Amino acid sequence: MDSDFGSSNVMLERARSGSYASRVVRRFGKHRLAVVSLVVLVVLYAFAFLGPFFSRSDSEAVDLGNQLAGISWAHPLGTDESGRDVMIRLMLGGRVSLAVGTFAVLFSLVVGVSVGGLAGFFLGWVDTLLMRFTDGVLAIPAFFVVLCALTFFGSSLMNIILVIGLTSWMGLARLVRGEILSVRQEVYVEAVRALGAQNSSILLRHVLPQVIPTMIVNGTLGVANAILAESALSFLGVGVQPPAASWGNMLSGAQNYLYNAPWLAIYPGMLILLTVLAFNLIGDGLRDATDPTLQ
Amino acid sequence: MIFAYLIKRFVYALIVLFMVSVVTFSIIRLAPGGPSLLADPKLSKPEIAQIERELGIDKPIPVQFVLWLTQILRGDLGKSFLYQTGNLETIMTRLPNTLILAGVSLLISILIAVPLGLYSAIRPYGALDQSLGVLSLISISIPVFWLGLLLIILFAVTLRILPAGGMASPGLENSLVDRVQHLILPVFVLSTAGIAEIMRYTRSSARNVLRQDFVRTARAKGLSEGTLQRRHVLRNALIPVVTIIGLQLPRLVGGAAVTETIFSWPGMGRLGVEAALSRDYPLIMAITLFVAVAVVAFNLIVDLIYPLLDPRIGLE
Repeated sequence: MDSDFGSSNVMLERARSGSYASRVVRRFGKHRLAVVSLVVLVVLYAFAFLGPFFSRSDSEAVDLGNQLAGISWAHPLGTDESGRDVMIRLMLGGRVSLAVGTFAVLFSLVVGVSVGGLAGFFLGWVDTLLMRFTDGVLAIPAFFVVLCALTFFGSSLMNIILVIGLTSWMGLARLVRGEILSVRQEVYVEAVRALGAQNSSILLRHVLPQVIPTMIVNGTLGVANAILAESALSFLGVGVQPPAASWGNMLSGAQNYLYNAPWLAIYPGMLILLTVLAFNLIGDGLRDATDPTLQ
Repeated sequence: MIFAYLIKRFVYALIVLFMVSVVTFSIIRLAPGGPSLLADPKLSKPEIAQIERELGIDKPIPVQFVLWLTQILRGDLGKSFLYQTGNLETIMTRLPNTLILAGVSLLISILIAVPLGLYSAIRPYGALDQSLGVLSLISISIPVFWLGLLLIILFAVTLRILPAGGMASPGLENSLVDRVQHLILPVFVLSTAGIAEIMRYTRSSARNVLRQDFVRTARAKGLSEGTLQRRHVLRNALIPVVTIIGLQLPRLVGGAAVTETIFSWPGMGRLGVEAALSRDYPLIMAITLFVAVAVVAFNLIVDLIYPLLDPRIGLE
C-alpha cells in the first residue's frame, strides 16, 4: 500500500512539473470527443492511404454492364454510374482530399505566420502595410477569385492547393500578429536583446516558438476548411478533374442519380462530414489544452 | 471627428478595390496564354490581333494595367463568348435572383441566430446552449452541397413535398406560394453555416457584455432582467455582431454559387460556375470584379452604419 501511494505521489509530482508538451497531451486526453476524433482520423488516413493496397479493384476501370450495382462480394459498396468500384474510389478520393487539405494548410501557415510575424515584430510602417493588405484580402470574395484563377490557370492539384492556401491565411496572420505583440514585450526578449542578439535570431529562436500552439490549433481547424473548399470546387467541376476521384467530384457524379441510386450521394458526403468534424473537434480540443488561461 | 472616420473607411474601400483589380489583372496576365484568352477563339487571327492591340500587349505592364483599368472604369466589362449581350448586362439579368436568395438567407440567419445566441449567453451551459453548440459544430462541418443533395433526396425525391430546383413551376410563375416553396430548400442550405457563425459570435459578445461593470451597476440599481437585457446587453452585444454580418457577405456570395448550382437557381453564382466550366474567360473575369465591387460597397455601408450604433467610434 505504502509503495503504491509513494509511486502515485511521485507520478503526480512528475506530471505537475512535467514539460509543457506533456501537460498539453494530458489535458487533450481529458477531452473525450477530441480523442475519439483523433482515432477516427487515424482510421480515415489508413483507409485512404493504405486501403488501396488491399483492394484488387481498378479505380478507373469502366464496366458498363455493371452500372449502379448494389453491394456485392466484388464491390463491397456497389458501383457508380460508369460501373466503377465505389470503395476504391472513396479511398483514392480520400487521398486527394486529405492531401489537398494538409498541403493547402501548410502553405497558408507559411504565408500567415510570415505576414503576422513580421507585422507584429517590426511594427511601424511594416505593420500598417501588411495588416491593411491582410484586411484587403479578407474583404475580397475568395470564392470567385479562386474560380477565376482555376479557370485561367487550369485545375492541377498544385494550383488547387495554392489557391486554397492563398485565400485562407488571413485569420492566422491576425492571430499571430496579436500574440507576437504581447510576446515581444516579455522581459526575456528584452534580456536576449540586451545580450546583443540580432533581430532575426530573436524573432526566429525566441519569439516565433511561442506561437507554435496557435499555429497547430489553427492549422487543424484550417484543414477542415480546406477540405470543405476542395470538395466544393471539385463538386462544381472546377477542382479535381475526372477520371481522378475526389470526394467532391464523386458527389457531382452522384447528383444525376438521386432517384435510382441515392446511396452514391451518401458515402462521399459522410466521409467529408466525418473528416471535417474530426478536424474541428481536435482543433477545439487542442485549443482548450494549450490555452494557458484554462489551467 | 466622425468625418475623419468616414473618409478613412472610404479610402480603405478604394484600397481594397485597387487590390482586387491588381489580383484580377495579374491572373489574366500570368495565365498560360495570357490576355489573348480574353479574345473569342471563334474570331479570325487578324481580329484577335486587333483585340490584343487594344489591350496593349506590346506596351509595358503598368501601361497595360492603366489601359485595362480605364476600360473597366468606363463600365466596359468585356464581351462573353457564350452570350450575345455585354457582360455587365448578362450579370444584371441574373443579379436579382441572387439578391433574392442571398437577401432572404441573410435576413433569416440574423433573425434566428441573434436571439438564440443571446439566449445561450444568458443561460450558458444550459440544455439549449449545449445542444446549439453541437448543432452549430455540425453546421460548420457539413459540406453545403451535400446538405443540399440530402434535402433534395428527402423532400423532393422521397416525400415529394418540395420542388428539387428552379425558381418557379412552369405555368405558376405568378404564384407566391409556389415561389416560396422553391425558396425553402435553397435558403435553408445557404443559411446553415451563417446561422452557426453569427450565433457563436452573438453568444461570446453577449457573454463579454454581461461581465461588464455597468451591467452589475444596472442590476444593483434594481432594473428587471428583461429591461437590463433589452436596454443594456442587446445594444452593446450587437455592435461586434454587425461586423461579422458584414464579413459574412463574401462567404454568402460564394455559398450562393454552390447553392444555386445544386438547385438550378438562375442566379449570378451559377452563371459564374457555368462560365468557369465553359472557359468563358471574359465572363468569369467580369463576375469576379463585379462581386468584389459589390462586397466592398456593402462593407462600406456597414462601416457607415457603425457610428450610428456605437457613438464612441467617431470619437476615437
